[in-house]
This record gives sequence, structure tokens and C-alpha cells, in this order.
Amino acid sequence: MLADSDRIFQNLYGMRDRSLAGARARGCWDGTAEIIARGQDAIVEEVKASGLRGRGGAGFPTGLKWSFMPKEVKDRPHYLVVNADESEPGTCKDREIMRHDPHTLIEGCLIASFAMRANACYIYLRGEYVREKEALQVAIDECYDAGLLGKNAADSGWDFDLYLHHGAGAYICGEETALIESLEGKKGMPRLKPPFPAGVGLYGCPSTVNNVESIAVAPTILRRGAEWFKGFGRDNNAGTKIFAISGHVERPCVVEEAMSITLRELLDAHCGGVRGGWDNLKAVIPGGSSVPLLPKDLCDDAIMDFDWLRDQKSGLGTAAVIVMDQSTDVIKAIWRLSKFYKHESCGQCTPCREGTGWMMRVMDRLVTGDAEPEEIDMLLDVTKQVEGHTICALGDAAAWPIQGLIRHFRNEIEDRIKAKRTGKVSAIAAE
Amino acid sequence: MSTRRLAPDAVQPQSFAFTSENQAFAEATIAKYPAGRQASAVIPLLFRAQEQEGWLPRAAIEHVAVMLDMPVIRALEVATFYFMFKLAPVGTAAHVEVCGTTPCMLCGSEAIIAVCKNMISPAAHTVSADGKFSWEEVECLGACSNAPMVQIGKDYYEDLTPESFAQLLEAFGRGEHPRPGPQNQRFASEPLGGATSLRDAALAEPVNASIALAEAEPRR
Repeated sequence: MLADSDRIFQNLYGMRDRSLAGARARGCWDGTAEIIARGQDAIVEEVKASGLRGRGGAGFPTGLKWSFMPKEVKDRPHYLVVNADESEPGTCKDREIMRHDPHTLIEGCLIASFAMRANACYIYLRGEYVREKEALQVAIDECYDAGLLGKNAADSGWDFDLYLHHGAGAYICGEETALIESLEGKKGMPRLKPPFPAGVGLYGCPSTVNNVESIAVAPTILRRGAEWFKGFGRDNNAGTKIFAISGHVERPCVVEEAMSITLRELLDAHCGGVRGGWDNLKAVIPGGSSVPLLPKDLCDDAIMDFDWLRDQKSGLGTAAVIVMDQSTDVIKAIWRLSKFYKHESCGQCTPCREGTGWMMRVMDRLVTGDAEPEEIDMLLDVTKQVEGHTICALGDAAAWPIQGLIRHFRNEIEDRIKAKRTGKVSAIAAE
Repeated sequence: MSTRRLAPDAVQPQSFAFTSENQAFAEATIAKYPAGRQASAVIPLLFRAQEQEGWLPRAAIEHVAVMLDMPVIRALEVATFYFMFKLAPVGTAAHVEVCGTTPCMLCGSEAIIAVCKNMISPAAHTVSADGKFSWEEVECLGACSNAPMVQIGKDYYEDLTPESFAQLLEAFGRGEHPRPGPQNQRFASEPLGGATSLRDAALAEPVNASIALAEAEPRR
């Protein structure tokens, strides 16, 4: 288990003093001006060297992303935009950072903005996180009062303003260009890329959109060094990571652990194990609703990192682990995700707007068994028609859970259809 | 996608104006964005209008559009695109938003919805007979480790059972504002019964941040 001294988020549960004084006592804002004095290039290189991969789902190297920003500020200002639109089903990690350990994020915003030559940063929270926004605002106000934000922020010589902005309930605004559209006061419909935000982003200016956790871990990486951070996790999967575990474990929780921890250790050490014991496990969605599920036999050896899960045709995503035990109707569990994507499609691209509804309606029938066996392959075919044919990844995200279900639980779907037709319930068909 | 329409004219008020306090909020919000980019403030302003009125009438959408120098159709697009905008009146004591997405469903959100159907109204988006309550099923609210949960106003009520949720509704019905957060003695999102990490520090805060902020807020 990760030692407490190696946890970046020392107040994840908010039990310790949440004020600026408390955060400082835990090491936040220690030597911020010295970090900034190292210069932009040195900061970006250190973050690159740490192996930090973006914590918002795609796992793109954070330092590399920062390096895409222009090296000089010309006629247009630069912006950092923090994606705090945490809406991926299963994911509830950034919430804990914002309400309980906000100074990690605020200090990260200053350092990252400096590294990308931005004098202003917007944090875009999901609208539902009202208390999280208030907690973060309290912390920002404390920082302004203490001179850590504003002119010559933290005595670094860098002028920096940090603003909170919120959405109003649209999952799609977690997609970076939809988030920018929303921040500009429009419907959250993703933009075509290129141009990428680093060239033309918020208000047409060079912008970088980063996840809350990616930004909040940066100050500690820079204080303790890239080598320290790289010491956790397998090669190419560096660092510590906040995992959010939900569903059928004895004690669901949010916890920071080392990357590449085994799934079994994660669940046993922090969650009291799977409800009813490990053998009662049916499947796990390892990285939030968008990634295909893993059946029990793959869970036995599962390693929670980007590369291992990708090799199983799944993904680490946001490290939101949704656990399902043997009592679960797994077809219904995935159907509910189809309903989610149908609800959240922005409607811009036809394959997604029509396809998510189509897929949900077939899933409706698979749940009850009122389908033809051929419809399973037809559904699979439709998921392939949606996947890769839309502006943003929501279409892919709607397709993958269904593909995972058919890949691993085809028997169960077929049995249910069969049972419905013959009026007999086979031993496998749950409920 | 969902089709969302404004409430019928019969329930739409004729006019809308921000209170002086909310007008000051609106002006401070507009100042957060660069000159000429005031449209960025549309969501926060519409949201404040909704908090003021309890729901979002057409007059408020039009008022905000004029304030921000936007074509009214752009503000209407925003109001109908984002699901948190309530385009029709909701219950006066509580509008319950039940998270129904898979992590909450696995932990019993269907039983919570059954309580809503039983105690509030059989159909979502329908105000109860006494006008006090309404409910709807919403998509993931991002508190999955504390499932099942609901949002009422600004607050999350987490780790619910049908029994504890029914008690909450009764308290709202009496005009109370029950304490939000986990309803099962958890502090926040640590494992029930005690954290498995960060255990050595003394408890310095009496309640989690969400509860502290809710309790610090003056009640209308």
C-alpha cells in the first residue's frame, strides 16, 4: 500500500484543517516562487520527465501537452482552462480535490499557467458541484488575500488571475472543445480539430485544457522531483492516482494509490473486498462508463494502469472502478449506460445523435430478451458505424461499453433471448 | 439528446428583474470575462435567475439575453441545451434530482425512485398535489462512492436507503433543511467505518466541506 507520506492529497477526505494555514502546514505553497524561478522550459521538462499522463481519461502526456503552447505571447493572450466538469459515470475524484484539498489545485493553476505563459485561468466546474465551487471560491479568496494570486502572485513576479466558471448539467462539456464553447456562452457542441486549442482555443486564443487532478499533482511533482513521481507505477504509467470505487464492494471509497496497483489489492486493501468475496465478482468497469468492462477472469490479474487495461481492450479512463457482483444484471447495467449516452449526446453529429438512441432501443430489448438473436450482431455492427465517425469521442464512448458487453457476455444475452422464447429460465440467466 | 421546451404561456410570468443583490452578482460575474466576451456569463446568470425564481421563466431568459447583448435565440439555445435549467415550475419545498446512472443503480437508486413515485408523484417532472415537491431522474452527479444519492437544491444527500430518504422528504415537508452529506455516519468519501489511508492525523474539522458550507448559509 502507498505510504501516507507519498500521498499528494493529504486532505482528500477533508478531515484535516481545510484552510490556507492548514494547507501550508501540509506543504502546499512551499517555495512556489522558487519553482517559478526555474523558468517555463525547466518546469515543462520536469513534468515531461515525471511521466505524468493526463488524469481526465485519455492519458495524454501532460508535459507534452503544455509544450504545444506557443513559446511567445504575441497579439493574443494565453489561457489555461481546468476541466472540472467531472461527469463520467463512476468518477468522483476531482470533487474531493476541489472541496477538501483545493490549494493543491490553485497552486497548480499558478504554476501551470506560468509554464504556458498564461496570466489567466478559468476553472470550469460542472453546475451540480455547487458546494465544491463554494469551497474552491473560499480557498481562492484566501489566496488573493494572502498575495498568492493576483499581481506578482506568490512573489513570483508573475501576474495571475484565477476565475471559477460553471456549467449547467451537460456531460458533453467535459470534452475540451465543447467546454470551451460552453465557457464562451454557447451550447456545448464540440469543435472540429484542427485547429487545436493550443493554437485557437478560448476566445480564439492559445489555450490548454487540463483535468483537475493533472494540474493539482504538478506542484508536488515539482517539489519532490520527477524521479520520485516516476518511482510509482510501471514504465509509462508513472505516479500516484486517485481511484474512485463504487458499486458492489463492502465499503466504496475514493482513495489515492500507486499506479499499477492490482485491482484485487485496491479492492481488498481499501474497500473491504468484493461484496460476498472475490468469487462473487461478475465484472468490473475499470475506468468510468466509457471503457469496456472486464469479466471476472480478467479481473483476477488486472493491473490498474493505462497500458495493461488498454491491452485488454479496456482502459484506465478516469480510474473510476465500478464493481458488479454476481447478483448484477450486467445487460441492464450496460443498458443504463446506453441510456446515459443517448441522453447526453449533443446532437451535432448524425451517427451519435441517431445511433445512441438506436443502440439504447436495441439494448432495451436485450434487457427483456424481446429480441432476435441476429440483433446482437446488428447492434455490434451499429456500434462500429458510430465509433470513429463523430467529431468527438462521445460516439466512441457510447459504443465501447456495448462492444465490451457483447465480447464478454454474449452467452448471457443469447440465453435471455432463448429463455424469453421458450418461457424457460436457464441456469445462467440472472433474475 | 432530449427535447426540452419552455413551459406553456399560461404559467409564464410577464416580467423578470434581478434583485439588487443578484444584480450585483451579475455585474461581478460579467467582469470575470474579457471585454466583449460578456456572453460567457450566460450560464451563471441564467442559473442565478433560476435560483431567484425557483425555475427559469422565458422572461428571465430574455432579460439575461438583453443584459449580455446576445440575440435572445442564443440564450434560449443555452437554456434548453443544459439540463439543470428547470423550464417549468418545480416543488416549493424540494425538487429532488435522483441520480439513476449505473453506479447508483447498482447501489439501489431504483428503490429511491420508487419512494419518489410513492411520496411525491407517480411521474417525474410533476409537482405533487400540495405543490411542495417534484422529482426527476438525472444522470450521474459525480458522487458515485457515496451511492445512492440525490441532489436537492445545492446539496447532495448521499449513502441513502429508502428509509433514510423518506425521512429526509418528511423533514423537507415540515419546512426543515436536513443536514446534507452522507446519511450513514460517513465523514466524506472514505471507506465506511474508517479511512484506510491518512489515518494518523487528528480530526480537525467537525464536518466535511459540503456540510460546513450548507450549514453556514443563511436560510430564507
